[in-house]
Amino acid sequence: MTTNMHLWLLPLLPLAGFLWNGTLGRRLPKTLVTSVALLFSGAAFAQVLWIAAQFRSLALPHVESFATPWIAIHGFQVDFSFLLDPLTLIMLLVVTGVGFLIHLYSVGYMAHEEGYWRFFAYLNLFLFFMLTLVLAENFLLLFVGWEGVGLASYLLIGFYYNKDSAADAGKKAFIVNRIGDFGFLLAIFLLVAHFGTLSFTSIFGAIAAHPAMQGGVLTTIALLLVLGATGKSAQIPLYIWLPDAMEGPTPVSALIHAATMVTAGIYMVARTHVLFDRSPLALGVVAIIGAATAIFAATIGIVQTDIKRVLAYSTVSQLGYMFLACGVAAYSSAIFHLVTHAFFKALLFLAAGSVIHALGGEQDLRAMGGLRKKIPVTFWTMTAAVFAICGFFPFAGFFSKDAILFAVFNASVLHSLYLGKLLWGIGLVTAGLTSFYMFRLWYLTFFGSARYNEEHAEHGGHGVHESSWTMLLPLIVLGVLSLVGGWMGWPEALGGHDSFAHFLDPVFGASAAAAPVVMSSASAGMERMLAGLSMLIALLGWLLADILYHRNPKLPERMAQKCSALHALLLHKYWIDELYGAIIVRPLLAISRVVLWRGVDAGIVDGSGVALASGASGFSSIVRRMQSGNIRSYAGWLAMGAALVLIFVFYLAHCI
Amino acid sequence: MNASILTLITFLPVAGAGMVTLLPKRLLPAFTLLFTLFIFLLTLHLPAHFDTARHGFQFACNLPWIATPAIHYHVGIDGLSLWLVVLVGFLAPLGVLVSWRVIDHHQREFYSLFLLQQTAMFGIFVSLDLMLYYAFWELSLIPITLLIGIFGRKNGRAAAIKFFLYAFIPSALLLVAILWLYAKTGTFDFVLLQSQMHTLATGANATGLWLASLAFLLAFAVKVPIFPLHAWLADGISEAPTAIAMILAGKLGLYSLLRFHVGLFPDQAAHIAPLMVALGVIGILYGSLLALVQTDLKRLAAYATLGALSFCVLGIYAFTAASMDGAVYQILSESVSAGAFFMLLGILYERYATYDMAQLCGIAKKLPGLATLFVITALSLIGLPILNGFVGEFMILSGSFQTHPRLASTATLGVILSAAYMLWMLQRVFYGAPSKLVAAGTQADISGRERFALWPTVALMLVMGVASVYWMRAIDATVPAFAPSFAPVSITTRISNYARMTNLR
Repeated sequence: MTTNMHLWLLPLLPLAGFLWNGTLGRRLPKTLVTSVALLFSGAAFAQVLWIAAQFRSLALPHVESFATPWIAIHGFQVDFSFLLDPLTLIMLLVVTGVGFLIHLYSVGYMAHEEGYWRFFAYLNLFLFFMLTLVLAENFLLLFVGWEGVGLASYLLIGFYYNKDSAADAGKKAFIVNRIGDFGFLLAIFLLVAHFGTLSFTSIFGAIAAHPAMQGGVLTTIALLLVLGATGKSAQIPLYIWLPDAMEGPTPVSALIHAATMVTAGIYMVARTHVLFDRSPLALGVVAIIGAATAIFAATIGIVQTDIKRVLAYSTVSQLGYMFLACGVAAYSSAIFHLVTHAFFKALLFLAAGSVIHALGGEQDLRAMGGLRKKIPVTFWTMTAAVFAICGFFPFAGFFSKDAILFAVFNASVLHSLYLGKLLWGIGLVTAGLTSFYMFRLWYLTFFGSARYNEEHAEHGGHGVHESSWTMLLPLIVLGVLSLVGGWMGWPEALGGHDSFAHFLDPVFGASAAAAPVVMSSASAGMERMLAGLSMLIALLGWLLADILYHRNPKLPERMAQKCSALHALLLHKYWIDELYGAIIVRPLLAISRVVLWRGVDAGIVDGSGVALASGASGFSSIVRRMQSGNIRSYAGWLAMGAALVLIFVFYLAHCI
Repeated sequence: MNASILTLITFLPVAGAGMVTLLPKRLLPAFTLLFTLFIFLLTLHLPAHFDTARHGFQFACNLPWIATPAIHYHVGIDGLSLWLVVLVGFLAPLGVLVSWRVIDHHQREFYSLFLLQQTAMFGIFVSLDLMLYYAFWELSLIPITLLIGIFGRKNGRAAAIKFFLYAFIPSALLLVAILWLYAKTGTFDFVLLQSQMHTLATGANATGLWLASLAFLLAFAVKVPIFPLHAWLADGISEAPTAIAMILAGKLGLYSLLRFHVGLFPDQAAHIAPLMVALGVIGILYGSLLALVQTDLKRLAAYATLGALSFCVLGIYAFTAASMDGAVYQILSESVSAGAFFMLLGILYERYATYDMAQLCGIAKKLPGLATLFVITALSLIGLPILNGFVGEFMILSGSFQTHPRLASTATLGVILSAAYMLWMLQRVFYGAPSKLVAAGTQADISGRERFALWPTVALMLVMGVASVYWMRAIDATVPAFAPSFAPVSITTRISNYARMTNLR
């Protein structure tokens, strides 16, 4: 049995695809571009399956590194080293599996786009960085993937670069993420200063060896990492880029801005859980950010009219759940929700893409309706995804969401059990809101009267039509996964084995015992009751959506008019973008322009040079007068000069 | 060969300059290109035969030149100067390639002056005798000033004079300081001086040493430039022809700071280091913030350069192994990336005859090849990992964090700002709907000659980003020793210290 998994090859496969399509793609026929992109992403998926098949026989954690380091100076070294453990394997399966499906979907979706080759090149580039991110064995290599997926995201959001809004959104995503990266970098510097290494195994080993290390600098490091995670995983206060990122093509929204990249923050917190376990404060902050983001984004989601924006806010909200789970040290539940979310949210986006495709580019929910019969495969698969995200038994979301809510219910956050209960309550309300806005979307898209412009859709192709098989196949696969994908985490309280959490025990098991989170009397009966309660709340949300958007379609409008202030507040996303613009961006630009540029640079820095120059010319005009041609005055100057030299020699020279 | 190779490399360009005056005009660019390529190949001999295990200077040659005062022809390189010499060799052919069509008058003068400044640069990096060094230092001023004045944009003359005055006046002080050192020690030799410095540092000489160190510091700081002595930079860079803008700032001053300020005056440097670190941090933020509000591409590049060079200043004066190694690495990588950036700006100017961002818009649609290269270069300049900029920046920041955590954290804000001004620039110039000027034009995308200059540079950015060890080996063998009283703290002590602290708490 071989123990070399050739992990280095895994990221390099999509990189090869990127290099091929990126350099030659412009001149190649479409089929070749597609085949190359599919081949390399498929090969990566195949290798992951091969690794998974042999996973049981590996000694964990399994580390492979290059002989040559990346950065090496005397006393400090960073290697190209890769880590394989259950957490990595799960991420690898999600990234390459969903990644491959979305590559396949894109073949159909992007078929008529200009710059086809560019799209596939970037998509492969994204896979390269994402695989680097999840395979990294040290913080710096993780950071490579971290920044790299940001780059791929920037390029893909700005794919339609002729559109100002797309170019704007790409730039915004990158810069906001850089604010998070600022925190990440400071955390790395602190780690270097205190541990002298960035390797996960060494750092976590050193922490484990010193049980006395609690809080202190570990809290600082953890909080800085949280700042990084709020950037990448779109949490308060840095979530603002994700809704705008919907300017990118829909497959990109599905892969990068729903299933994989945005979960990198959750992955990072889970990966570095050893640090968080030693800091109740940092964990508490994570939990509060998560819960706040979950409900905040959900409230915005209920009034948005762009189908992709609803899904974007839903993603922010679901990522909030995962954060919340991390914050109560329920890391395996967070990863579980990450996986099921990858299935159903990718599916929601792809199905939304299929709807948009069918309508010739229409994204406004108000201009859809009645599509149930016209695009049945899309309808049924999307229905599976809607049921999954709302958490109906036995769909995938039910298991993962309940695992999280149950953990939060029993947790003590910031040493307070009441705070834990409060966060659980927020999670529960959010579940109801989620169900409401998802069924709102479902009804507006597929039920009621057809409000779309048939001619416009006609123009896009041949009337409202179902998509090609390359697009439908991923929908069906993900639809099945949205149904059965949660069964691997069937809780023991409901007669299952909770095998997902047990699979992750080698990674998180140790921390579950050492975690500062106090488990109160958790019983199977309680768990069943809570699960029933959250199902009830979800049903309530459905019922409300049914009343408002199915039975009385005129009612929402009237309600919006009645509470116009509240409606405007939600519609304008609490004016957060405007707030940031007014208190950060514009003052910064104004200060740079007026104070620094016109004031300091033109005035002082440049001005002092000019002053020196005019001083010199003034001085020289005086000196010129000395050359009067008068011998006697020359003699006078000479005597004065000699006197100065003598003074200098006597009084100053001996000082030097 | 080993004893004369540096002499050969240094003076070949002068010979080339002589030949340029004799050749027919139409052959000039091609001849200079081949000639500089040949010199570049020669410089590659140095890393191939450099022994990182050996201490002291290699490829050295020490001959008496003038008996009184005792000036020697002493040249040699160590891990600090090794790659800088190669860098000068690498940038010269690129400078020729971008000047190919732009320089359409006085070509003879242009190419001979261009080669002359290359000799001066080589000379600065290899000289180990202060007088010899000073001669090259002054020599570098004249061709560059003339090149800016004659071949610059419309305000080239004013910028050239400004550059000359800023560089020349502190140089006069430098000369006084060098002469004072000679008067006290009887030698101009760097190696001898370095060994005599501690005997010189007695009470009677304290003030003198301080003044001398300040004269050195001032001359070099203006040349880098370090905030607030950068007044010449924006004008110099925006007026200079591309080939000169590429080499105008940075490496000469930064190298000299390390070699002759920190190297000769370690105590004084240690005392003034907090100020220099602070100026470095200010420079990073100041340069980035000013770059953010520029409307002229070349001025944006100039302030971006100020920010990037300030990183090196921070790294040098933070005095940790990582930060100093990183600073030297950053000099190399910044020169490559900024060089590429200036070349791209020059290419853009060749096509649209403006650097005004308001007039340039939506170029990506028209010139996708150029846009791609711009994006890669911008990413390298903002320190994207696996490209060259990241390695140096990371080492500087993480190294200086160990001695100046607050200031280094502040400097890290530059990472956000650089992304902001670069991506905003890309968006304004390349994305969106084409502007009137761009839409009307029929400019060709990047040509074969331009590709020949840019593809190797871009490839180098990538290689320097993933294989830094190749360059770092020599740097790390030499540079950390420059730090005054450098004592690495072992990791185990740190952790046990930490554990003790927390126990006490």
